[in-house]
Order: sequence, then C-alpha cells, then structure tokens
Amino acid sequence: MGQLVSVLIAIALGVGGVMVLFWLLNRGTELLPETWEQRLKPYVFVGPALLVVGLFLLVPALLTLRNSFLDARSESFVGADNYQFLVTDPAMRTAIWNNLLWIIVVPAVSVAIGLAVAVLADKLKPRWENTSKSLIFLPMAISFVGASTIWGFVYAWRAPGTPQIGILNAIWQGLGGQPIAWLQSTAVNDFALMFIMIWLQAGFAMVLLSAAIKNVPEETLEAARIDGAKESQIFWRVVLPQIKSTVVVVGTTILILVLKVFDIVYVMTNGNYGTEVIANRFIKEMFTIGHFGRAAVIVVFLILVTIPFMVVNIRRFRAEEAMR
Amino acid sequence: MSQVTPAPVVDENQGYVKAKGSGITTGGAPATGRGRLFARIALFLIVAMWTIPTIGLLISSFRDPNAVRSTGWWTVLANPFDFTQWTLANYDQVLFGGGMANAFVNSLVVAIPATVIPITIAAFAAYAFSWMEFKGREVLFVIFVGLLVVPLQVAFLPLFRVYNTLGWNGTFLAVWLAHAGFGMPLAVYLFRNYMGSLPREVIESARVDGASHFQTFWRLIIPLSIPALAAYAIFQFLWTWNDLLVALVFLGGQARVEVVTLNLANLIGSQGQQWHLLTAGAFITMTVPLIVFFSLQRFFVRGLTAGSVKG
Repeated sequence: MGQLVSVLIAIALGVGGVMVLFWLLNRGTELLPETWEQRLKPYVFVGPALLVVGLFLLVPALLTLRNSFLDARSESFVGADNYQFLVTDPAMRTAIWNNLLWIIVVPAVSVAIGLAVAVLADKLKPRWENTSKSLIFLPMAISFVGASTIWGFVYAWRAPGTPQIGILNAIWQGLGGQPIAWLQSTAVNDFALMFIMIWLQAGFAMVLLSAAIKNVPEETLEAARIDGAKESQIFWRVVLPQIKSTVVVVGTTILILVLKVFDIVYVMTNGNYGTEVIANRFIKEMFTIGHFGRAAVIVVFLILVTIPFMVVNIRRFRAEEAMR
Repeated sequence: MSQVTPAPVVDENQGYVKAKGSGITTGGAPATGRGRLFARIALFLIVAMWTIPTIGLLISSFRDPNAVRSTGWWTVLANPFDFTQWTLANYDQVLFGGGMANAFVNSLVVAIPATVIPITIAAFAAYAFSWMEFKGREVLFVIFVGLLVVPLQVAFLPLFRVYNTLGWNGTFLAVWLAHAGFGMPLAVYLFRNYMGSLPREVIESARVDGASHFQTFWRLIIPLSIPALAAYAIFQFLWTWNDLLVALVFLGGQARVEVVTLNLANLIGSQGQQWHLLTAGAFITMTVPLIVFFSLQRFFVRGLTAGSVKG
C-alpha cells in the first residue's frame, strides 16, 4: 500500500509539476507591462521545450564530442587515439560490419513483407483483411526484450535425438535435419537476431504502405486494365511508382531505428558469437569497460551516420513550408 | 518506437481514406483461381509466422516447469482440456519471487509521467510555433526537425555524470526527464504540424473575443488537437514502457526501481534456460502494451497513417 501511495504521489508531482510551471510562467508575464508581455510570452511557451532539448540533447552532444578526444576517465587530451580505436579495433570492426548488414537486410525485408501483406490482404474480404493485418501489426506493441524472449524460445536448442522444445528445431528435426543452435552458430545467428527486428517492424511498414496503396487513384488502375495490363504489371508499373515516396519514408525510418539496435543483441547474445553491434559495444565501453573516451567516439560515429538524414529532413521541411 | 513517424500529421480526415478506397484489385479483374490460392497460402504462412511464436509463449507460461523442459508446447494441443497440466505457479514465482510485481508498478511510474510531461511541454511549444510571432521562430523549429533522427546515445555519458553528481541516478525523476528530452523533438514536430493546419479563422475569432493565448490554448487548441495528442501519447507510452536502454543506464542495478524490461532482461541473463519463468515474465511485460494496442488500435493506426501517406 505504502508503495502505491508513493507511486501516486510521484505521478501527481511529475505531471502536476509541469502544469503548475506553465501556469506560473504565464501568470508572471501577465504582471508585466503590455508590450513586454507580448514580447516575452512566446518564449514562455517555447522556452521549456527548448530548455529540455538543450539540456538533454544539444549540450550532451557537444560534451560527447569533447569526450571523444579525452581519455578513459575524460581527464586528459589524447588526440585522435579514440578515433584510431574506432577504425582499427577488431571488435569494433565486427560491430560496424554487422550494423551494415542489419541496415541493409532489416529495412528491405520489412518493407517487402509489409508490402506483400498489404497487397495480399487487400484481396480478401474486409473481415479477414483486418484480422490478418492486426495480427501482423500486433508485435509493434511488444518490447524488444519481450520479442527476444518469444523468439529465444522459438530458437531453443536441445541435443540431437531428444525432443526439441523450440518449434524451429522441432520442425527442422522433423524434416530430418540436425538441430541448429540458431543463436550460437555464426552462419545463421545474425539473421536469427535480425528476424526478430523484422517481426517487430513489418507491421509498421504494412500499415503505411497499405494506406498508400489505397490512396492510389482508381483511374490509373482502370486505365492500365483497359490497356490490358496484368495484375502483376499493374502492381510493378502503376502502383509501386505512385507509392515510392512512402516506401522511402518507411525504409529510412526503419533504417534509423536499426542503426541504434541494442536490446535484442544485448539480451540474446550480448554481442558474443560474432553478433556485436555498435550500440551494444557502446554500453560495454561505458559500463563494463568504463572507457568514456571510446564510448564517446562510438556516439560520434552514430551522429555522423545520421547527419545525412538530418539534412534530408530539414530540406524536406523547408520545401513543405514553402508550399504552405 | 521513438521516431516512428517522421512524416507530418496533416489532417485527421486522412484516416477516412482507408475506408473510402475499397482496394486496388477488388473492383477490377478478379485474380485467377490459382493466383488467388497462392496469394492466400502466402498470406496464411506469413500470418502463422507472426502469431505462432506468441501463442507458444502464452501456452508455455501456464505449463508445469518439467513439462516445459521436456516436451514442445504444441504437444498440449492434443488434449488441451486436461486441466491438470495447467498451472499459475510460474506467474506466482515471477511476480512475487522474482520482483516482477514491483517492477510492474515501477514501469507505470516511469511511463505515465514520461508520457504526460513531454506532451504538455511540446504542446505549448507547438502552439507558439504555429500561432505566435516571435524572433527566431523558424530557426528554432528547424532545430527540432534536425534532432528528430539524433541517436539518444548522445545524452548518456554526460547525463550519467551530471545525475551522479546530483545523486539522481536510480530515481524516477532522472528517467522522466531523460524520456521527456528524447521524445520532445518528435512531439513538437507532430503537434506543430497538426496545430498549424487548424483553420486560422477559429483562432482569430477567439482573439477578437478577447481570449488570451493561454485561454485559446487550453480551451480551443488542446481540444481540437486531441487526435494528434492521443496518437503521440500512445507511441510515447509504449516506447517508455518497452524501453530497456534508458532504464538500464539510469535505473540499472537497483532492484527497488527496476522496471519490467530490466527485470525480464535480468531474468534472461540469470535463468536463460528456465523457459517456464521466462515465458511468464515476458507475458507480464506484454500485458499493458497489448491492452493499449487492442483498445486504442484505431488511434494508433491513424497516428501512423495520418500525413505519412502524403510522404
């Protein structure tokens, strides 16, 4: 009971505190002369948001950049040592290579499956269409750790000849194969982990792509049919070109998510058996090894990779603003 | 989950587009018999791959530990009504022996304020960006757009140190503020796009009637913006509930403040082969997201599709 009370108090303070803050700030400006009130009020509205991103994103980013040139305890300047570590350390190289594989495979397969479900379900009766889409979409609500548990159980391994409790090896053994240690075997483990991410993200891709497909003007499809196009031709030549921008948005959104993939690798293999990824390496450097300079340089690397996407987003925003 | 929708929310009516368009092929030439059969089989296989693992988890969580260890969960399908094989002992052990009950409460304590705080702050900012004139408006907003894709790892090292000095590591306040910071760019971006598309006349008539900005905001803009606020609230809630990374950095190693994802991750680390416990634990962590998902699916989907269709 005591815990529950303190919990409710914590929630009330957290939530109420913000409301009170705005009310007080607004009250404060109203006491000022009219011209000052008008001049200051926008900053009262915008200020807290700016303060939050400033303190929690912008300033830390600059500090991280500085730390990347300092030693393990962020005390003395070490020049480009950490950057050298980034490009020469074998474990780092494995991590970067694996991340590259992830950002190619996961967005592509997620989009492909999302597209396939969107198109195939569209041919069903509405009730079945909605049911199958909901089932594909459902994993989006599940955490990476939860999904990892679900799939860890699917991948479970038992000695050959004994009853398998993981469904994948049960099927495989049933077909006459030797049970495979899906998470330990270096030939397949990266893909076994990637599939968990695909399982989580395909629903997201499907929802957006399905909406885009339903937005394709009926006339363009009719015109193609009158010209005698087959359904497959209509899909590749008429529908796909018109939903290209959605495909790109979905693909890049998943790509950026995959770039930071952490939870799945952390709980399933912790980067062992050649499955290391950048974000997991970062946590290791920060907590297990305690080398802040190297941890910082990994973050700098992640920021560098995301800069092109940042530029594209800002450009697109400016173009949209110009049209408003 | 953090940055799910980079595309702008344009208007709520987008949600109706789905209902209007009846589909691309249903109206036209029907697929041939074999083609349709192939399509159905393919779809059935995908749906099976997407559901069977979760069903296996659910079934195993109610099975006797020895049974889970020795036979596949699908064997129960032969005689599902043999009630002697079902047990709640796994849940009992995970919840009260393994601290999951405590973690469950903690997750709520983390996720609720971590959702409401950024929404409140972002809504005020979005209002100013949409309906107030001030110097630097454009430049400041571009900062938020730029930050949309910044990896949240940028904040961990410096924040961890500052929190250490303040003695905040292991407190809920630390995590609320961190989540508020990480969720802020998307929230400001989405709300501003939504609020900016509301009709100018409505806001102006309120001004003419003598309403202050504060009143216009609370009485007019917030009620009108519910669809955008709700869509973001669902994302942020699921994101903070499901988050492991932020919790690991700022709450890790302290059982008292442990959240469900941390508890489950530790369970996997320490009891990796005890599937009867892992399945029960995983299912407990999933309950709240699944309830949110099933009850608010329409908002969820609309939040995703609104605007992004425009691409």
